[in-house]
Amino acid sequence: MDNGTLIKFQKISKTYSLDEAEEVHALQEISLEVERNEYVAVMGPSGSGKSTLMNLVGCLDTPSSGLYEFNGVNVSSMSDNELARIRNREIGFVFQTFNLLPRSDALHNVELPLIYAGIPSAERKRRAEEALTSVGLHDRAHHKPNELSGGQRQRVAIARALVTRPSLILADEPTGNLDTKTGDEIMIIVEELHEKGNTIILVTHEEYIAEHAERIIRIRDGRIESDTHVRNRKTLNQK
Amino acid sequence: MLSLTEIKEDILIALNAIRANLMRSSLTTLGIVIGVLSVTLMGTAIEGLNRAFQTSIASLGADVLYVQKFPWVVGEEWWRLRNRKELTLTEAKAIEQQSTYAVAVAPAQGTTKTVKYESQSAEGVAVVGSNQDYAALQGASLAEGRFLTEMESSGARPVVVLGAEIGQKLFPRGGAIGHSVKIGGYSFRVVGVLGKLGSFLGLFSLDNRVVIPLEQYYQHFQSQHEHGGLSIGVKVRDVNDLPEAREELRGILRKVRHAAPGTEDDFAINQQDLLTNAFNSIGLVIAGVGLFITGLALFVGGIGIMNVMFVAVKERTREIGVRKALGARRITIMVQFLVESSAICLLGGLIGLVIAFPITIIIDKWVLPTAMPISIVVIAILVSLAVGVISGLLPAYRAARLDPVEALRYE
Ligand SMILES: Nc1ncnc2c1ncn2[C@@H]1O[C@H](COP(=O)(O)OP(=O)(O)O)[C@@H](O)[C@H]1O
Ligand SMILES: [Mg+2]
Repeated sequence: MDNGTLIKFQKISKTYSLDEAEEVHALQEISLEVERNEYVAVMGPSGSGKSTLMNLVGCLDTPSSGLYEFNGVNVSSMSDNELARIRNREIGFVFQTFNLLPRSDALHNVELPLIYAGIPSAERKRRAEEALTSVGLHDRAHHKPNELSGGQRQRVAIARALVTRPSLILADEPTGNLDTKTGDEIMIIVEELHEKGNTIILVTHEEYIAEHAERIIRIRDGRIESDTHVRNRKTLNQK
Repeated sequence: MLSLTEIKEDILIALNAIRANLMRSSLTTLGIVIGVLSVTLMGTAIEGLNRAFQTSIASLGADVLYVQKFPWVVGEEWWRLRNRKELTLTEAKAIEQQSTYAVAVAPAQGTTKTVKYESQSAEGVAVVGSNQDYAALQGASLAEGRFLTEMESSGARPVVVLGAEIGQKLFPRGGAIGHSVKIGGYSFRVVGVLGKLGSFLGLFSLDNRVVIPLEQYYQHFQSQHEHGGLSIGVKVRDVNDLPEAREELRGILRKVRHAAPGTEDDFAINQQDLLTNAFNSIGLVIAGVGLFITGLALFVGGIGIMNVMFVAVKERTREIGVRKALGARRITIMVQFLVESSAICLLGGLIGLVIAFPITIIIDKWVLPTAMPISIVVIAILVSLAVGVISGLLPAYRAARLDPVEALRYE
């Protein structure tokens, strides 16, 4: 495994101004580093800034202040198009609400990032099918999202996140909309991804899910409350 | 720039979106449909008039000057011109003798009479009194027999050449030559039958007439000085000599009429392009009205499409957020919506053409022979596309500029 720093936050702050008088300090001077191949869980009460942190890490948003180096490159001052390129090539998102395109079938949803990478049709199909197979959905390639269960939808979303072989997979409460059993199935897939060498940052409310990660970062009111390594890691896989 | 893959995806998205909202998309195209309809029908109308005009105008001859009392195209000044002297046979003779450019001079005068042969009868036939040069001036050919000879016309012989329609009517089985027909009660011997000429601007038939020597005409139907209406056709050797020939004719006529220098001509010298000019201005008016309606319809249609595109961007905010999160660039999103608005407009344009086509066929069959010019079809399609791009610009720009995080949070 090639180790090294993938993410480096230096005093990153994010402030939303609701109107002229009121400001929300969603993140306040956060500094943190994430190594390659790490599996990090982010926890914290609702509204504490977890999603804001994920959006910044995923280059969906830019910080109000501070320095962000991704893969040794300063991304805090990048243009819109450069950020789009990083999101496309380096990052895979998994959202709580799946965010699949409702009118497209599973295969096309998985193909999307490859389309924006300009990959020709035949190779795209092959890779998308491969990704669907890896999450156990090869027989659902031509189903629309509304023909799939919640767990299946999230698996399509995971396939979509990993199809570009990104440096980093970000999952913001991926089991939040699923029942416990389906959630566990999703977590097994996430864990497998980590074992295959992917860097993963996962937001969760569930303590027992977080304990499968190598490291837990707790956030409160936009600040890091604690950042600990998990000593007795559990693995769902071994059930 | 955009990769081919991205462009294909953009087109696919646009088509899917239109299919998903087919009703809404079709309704929004109404303005474009009307715009394309009016521009194509305008083109068809102008084309039809052009065709009718071109065939009719040929009967006047491009190389013929007509010396007449009134100009063909008169405005309010008609009232001022009404007291002009009529043209006379003497003046026609003077032209014939003095003009160096003229190759044929045919004075002509006409009225309407009934023409009979035995039990067959044709009513409302144009009776033209003229001379041997008349056929050449009109570009008329002979279907049977021959035209009037110089002897016949200067000797005022009671002979007649029948128009194609009259020949057909009175002698359905042919063999008109040598028979005697009655025109307004007077007997004339048939020496020839003209070939078919068609109609003038669709107004009257050029074949529904008979030609007799002018002197015969004066003897039986109208004395030379009584009513007037004489027109002197002068065929010029070469079309390029028309301006000079015109000046020469003016000089001859002014001399014959003893016109004092500096006074206005009290006659008119008409030529084909006078009508062409008048016709062109009619075409311009039609084009102007057509383009105004088209412009208005396209403008209203464009606004409608802009609106629908704004709605579409709003509805698909979350989708835009997802696409951006997955790496779609601004230009990709922008093109996606531009393709969609253009496709909607193109749909409208095609609907317009599909409606215009049968209308054109109906016009062609029942009103005047015409066709939808290919150039108009191409223009209609290009204009629809352009309207699509222009009206989609603002919504597409807004979509492209959406903040991905905001878009993903949108409910
Ligand atoms: N676009 C925004 N505009 C204004 N306030 C926002 C926006 N996004 C997040 N916030 C605020 O920032 C804080 C952190 O939000 P978020 O990161 O979504 O929390 P979490 O994911 O931990 O629940 C909250 O107070 C939230 O209301
Ligand atoms: Mg959140």
